[in-house]
Amino acid sequence: MAERYSSFEEGGTRWLWQRITAAFLVVVLAFHFFLLHFVNHAYEVSFMASSIRMDNLLYYSLMILFLVTATFHGVNGVFNALVNQGLTGRRKRAVKYVLVAASVLLIVQGVRTANAWAGISLF
Amino acid sequence: MSQSYDRGLVEDFGRWKEFSAGMWAWVFHKFTGWVLVGYLFTHISVLSTAVSAAGNTRAIEAQNDVYTVVISTLESLLVVRILEVGLLAVAVFHILNGCRLLLVDLGVGLDAQDKSFYASLVLTGAIVVASVPTFLEGVF
Repeated sequence: MAERYSSFEEGGTRWLWQRITAAFLVVVLAFHFFLLHFVNHAYEVSFMASSIRMDNLLYYSLMILFLVTATFHGVNGVFNALVNQGLTGRRKRAVKYVLVAASVLLIVQGVRTANAWAGISLF
Repeated sequence: MSQSYDRGLVEDFGRWKEFSAGMWAWVFHKFTGWVLVGYLFTHISVLSTAVSAAGNTRAIEAQNDVYTVVISTLESLLVVRILEVGLLAVAVFHILNGCRLLLVDLGVGLDAQDKSFYASLVLTGAIVVASVPTFLEGVF
């Protein structure tokens, strides 16, 4: 049987959520690349074109979910990589809070950006 | 049946000559993951220029708002387009190897996990090479 190489503790909650978000991201990241590089092209990007896409509630919701899952998957991956390298105790807790704060900032800024395109003014 | 192995530290890259397909897959997945999470933060930062552009209807209609200008300036640079091809390579490998990991975790295709790693590499190369014309379109 093959060896198991992973930064995650097998069967743990962080491992499970990493897999659940991965299954979603595999499809949505491929869709994102396809839509924004092959259907629409890099040299055609404009605020108005992004606005038209974000006006569609389904697309807007998908992008918000994409932002949240990608942030979780990325930050959870970084955290587990560091834990796998031997991060423990107070430093582990400090890294965790820094990563949680960075994630919250990223999601808030991402939502503000999506709202700017969609014409929603919440904050 | 599960077995435990003393794989030593994969993080000890001085042992790279001893690395097997599974270890290379682990190294590449981790590397591409770090690149993607770094890019995610950069991506949202650059796209955030849309927040400043919003509300300036006249500039948006004339396509000279800050967001459109920043993105179109970046996209006019050959180096940015080449970096985008690199990003595609990183993302495609992470997606394909991620599918491989999902299958491995479900216990599917364990015996062929080395072959599926090579297949991920070959498929990544093929998709990236085929995408180069689209990614460079309009830059010259």
